[in-house]
Amino acid sequence: MEKMQQVVGRARAAFNSGRCRSLEFRMQQLKALERMVQEKEKEILAALKADLHKRGPNAYSQEVLGVLGELALAMDKLPSWAAPQPVKKNLLTMRDEAYICPEPLGVVLIIGAWNYPFVLVMQPLIGAIAAGNAVVVKPSEVSENTAQLVADLLPQYLDRELYPVVTGGVPETTALLTQRFDHILYTGNSTVGKIVMEAAAKHLTPVTLELGGKSPCYIDKDCDLAVACRRIAWGKYMNCGQTCIAPDYILCDPSIQSEVVENIKATLQEFYGEDVKSSPDYERIVNKRHFKRILGLLEGQKIAHGGEADEASCFIAPTILTDVSPESKVMEEEIFGPVLPILTVKSVDEAIEFINRREKPLTLYVFSNSKKLIKRVISETSSGGVTGNDVIMHFFLSTLPFGGVGNSGMGAYHGKHSFETFSHRRACLIKDLKMEGTNKLRYPPGSQKKVDWAKFFLLKRFNKGRVGLVILALLGIVAAVVVKVSFG
Amino acid sequence: NPYAGLVSHLRAAWLSGKTRPMEYRRAQLEALGRFLDEKKQDILEATALDMGKPSFEAYFTEILLCKNELNTTLNNLCHWMKDEHVDKNLVTQLDCAFIRKDPYGVVLIISPWNYPIQLFLVPLIGAIAAGNCVVIKPSEISKHTERLIAEMLSCYLDNDCFAVVTGGVQETTRLLENKFDYIFFTGTSCNPSVGRIIMTAAAKHLTPVTLELGGKNPCYVSDCCDVQNVARRVAWGRFFNAGQTCIAPDYVLCSVVMQEKLMPALREAITEFYGPNPQESPDFGRIVGDKQFRRVRALLCSGRVAMGGQTDEKERYIGEGPWSRGLWDHLCPSDVLPYPFSTAPTVLADVLPSDPIMQEEIFGPILPIVVVANVDEAVDFINARPRPLVVYAFSCDSKVVNQVLERTSSGGFCGNDTLMHVTLTSLPFGGIGNSGLGKYHGKFTFDTFSHHRACLHRSMGLETLNALRYPPYNQQKLGLLTATFEVKRKGMCTLL
Repeated sequence: MEKMQQVVGRARAAFNSGRCRSLEFRMQQLKALERMVQEKEKEILAALKADLHKRGPNAYSQEVLGVLGELALAMDKLPSWAAPQPVKKNLLTMRDEAYICPEPLGVVLIIGAWNYPFVLVMQPLIGAIAAGNAVVVKPSEVSENTAQLVADLLPQYLDRELYPVVTGGVPETTALLTQRFDHILYTGNSTVGKIVMEAAAKHLTPVTLELGGKSPCYIDKDCDLAVACRRIAWGKYMNCGQTCIAPDYILCDPSIQSEVVENIKATLQEFYGEDVKSSPDYERIVNKRHFKRILGLLEGQKIAHGGEADEASCFIAPTILTDVSPESKVMEEEIFGPVLPILTVKSVDEAIEFINRREKPLTLYVFSNSKKLIKRVISETSSGGVTGNDVIMHFFLSTLPFGGVGNSGMGAYHGKHSFETFSHRRACLIKDLKMEGTNKLRYPPGSQKKVDWAKFFLLKRFNKGRVGLVILALLGIVAAVVVKVSFG
Repeated sequence: NPYAGLVSHLRAAWLSGKTRPMEYRRAQLEALGRFLDEKKQDILEATALDMGKPSFEAYFTEILLCKNELNTTLNNLCHWMKDEHVDKNLVTQLDCAFIRKDPYGVVLIISPWNYPIQLFLVPLIGAIAAGNCVVIKPSEISKHTERLIAEMLSCYLDNDCFAVVTGGVQETTRLLENKFDYIFFTGTSCNPSVGRIIMTAAAKHLTPVTLELGGKNPCYVSDCCDVQNVARRVAWGRFFNAGQTCIAPDYVLCSVVMQEKLMPALREAITEFYGPNPQESPDFGRIVGDKQFRRVRALLCSGRVAMGGQTDEKERYIGEGPWSRGLWDHLCPSDVLPYPFSTAPTVLADVLPSDPIMQEEIFGPILPIVVVANVDEAVDFINARPRPLVVYAFSCDSKVVNQVLERTSSGGFCGNDTLMHVTLTSLPFGGIGNSGLGKYHGKFTFDTFSHHRACLHRSMGLETLNALRYPPYNQQKLGLLTATFEVKRKGMCTLL
């Protein structure tokens, strides 16, 4: 507890010193982060391999590429993101300066997850630094090699007081959460998400919770099944299914169920060859606990493909389950493993109803040749995000906010959204000390005449475009002069 | 769970999709406009009974500002509801990428007593515009307005989708046991733990919240300024609604020289506003209830009374007696005064940071002045305290105003005036740290009550391009993938 107090206290003192406010300083830190990622690429990939059996090119494209992209974007856009934003004024404030000033929040906490242990700590960190905050980083202890690496590397490249790394498990995180932060970004599951928000409530700390859920994937009868199944298989089995935005389960018409299975099987062959276990591109389950949990979900299920497992190496083969019942165990929790249940529904109406009866998921996927059907599914459901006719891809477009809703989380980040998440948008109105004339309208004693003038200046009854505004402005000036004469 | 039935009724209406079409939202909003027009007199009367709210103030804040928000929303609803298309990267060039504004579902708005119509109506406007069903819980302390809202709102809004719940702390606690999809809470910081209680209750259901709280809003007055204008603007902001405004200037920071100049200027402004006997002015309000009155009165034992200091318990009036003008004695409420009646609002001079009045948000018609040597000391004073809802700075020198702005942190900032920044609907209104989280007004209210859903609609074709991302992985694929995904720094043209 005391140690946490010290770490956070030092970060706060460093923030209060004001040194992380200047854009130059923030750019410098971001550049240093970029150097770190480029210079230590080998070490980063090695840690990911040790934690998740992720191979070089895969780990690079999943975790390093995205980070470099965010860094380049942040460094490019920082001056424009951090600039004060002037806002539309009304008649009364015409002569004033009115703008929104983005400001740092202070000391923020980032709690990472183990499934993409590097990128899930780095992407928020980039936004938090760009926004001018001090950041306490708490990587997941489950991916222990990456956690240790982050703890070793960050102090070598970044300001040590402003961006400390705290390692440890549940007791350390609990102690950390008793401290006061100005924002907490947590990636993980809903149960812990509630604990984080409750701890944050004690200090009125705003939170961004990137949680999970069961992301449904509806396959319409009218679609190119070969393409759809290839895309779904890619998203489902990457990182051995341990992806928060993986398609969790499939909903489709019973008539296409076996075709779906065949197509996925063919794709798996393409991806991983005859013997999945020996494919260098297929990852492993992160630890024995999750291994046992996922295997437990297979009990009593019809296994159409896969099901092989090896506890020693935490290997579970890509598995497909068919004719799954909505009440079964595999449909109760987020699978987070290479098991793909298929549930049959007779129509898109049934699919929509099924989805809406459950908690709002992090993502929703729908495959169809019909644009109309896709639009309908989007409009009649709710989810953090959606990709139509593909999976995962909305995550890679940084102009789209990435986050959940309901049980799948609150708040969002990526790209500019990270910057905004970690900034306070301060409303600023700077008036003139002179021009007291119009102010007299509002001072007591009150009168009907004053009320009528107030209505004129304030009411926005119409929105007649530019010409209207010019006329209005002229009228406003005339009115101001008249008021000054009659009340001045 | 006494409210489970009500909440599930609203949830059923929500699931039916009734509130989603634009025409429906527009119709409900226009009904709210009619509520403001037809019940104007009732609103003015109810707020007058609740806290002696002067009708000019009530009209300005409870009717005019609300109509402003309503019209802004109606004018822009179509535009706000539209999908927001976003810039795409190379790999998504041929796709449709947009942000969809989805309603959250069933939301809860809890409002306070000081601006009892505005503080539930403005959030409600945004919640309806965003397509939600809403439970409204107005404050029981402003009981006449509470009754008005409970009885009359149902005549204007669709009762399947919008409900009013009345009651006190117990009822609110039971209400919070239910799951809501968003909770919007405005409360005074007189009881700072309420915000925490709301957020803790919300955490149980992972419900996102906006908390509009309060704090002590500092008001720095530099030596270089037009004293009379400053005095007028500060007095207006302080004594509006008898000081019961979350964005009122809570205390003044200035030099000892400026304090001497401010006194007569404030006295003149107060007399200009409320006449020689403010207790008789229809333009000066009252404290809302006995508990609040006693709390504010206890704060008078601070500094020295420069103006006012008299209180009238029966009327819940805090101000000045006609004989005390010119008296600069130490006055404590425990002193027995011959005639506990009133004239003008109160100004306290030479207040110390340790005085009772500097320990909590005043929320009453008392303006303490704390002397500081210069702007640096003022900034340090402000930064040593929890971040307020707003910081005010007055100076003829814009550099001084900017200094205070840049070196402090607060929800909002207003230079050379008070209160006015919240009348501009294009500025976000909200706190930071202890003064709150989230923001609203204008489009920000709509955004607060919408889930911004990332949508990417791809085509089934062009599968060959996707081949780059599929296993088996190799260095060549990676190279090509990097080329298509990478965001390069601008200005790194190697040709030059």
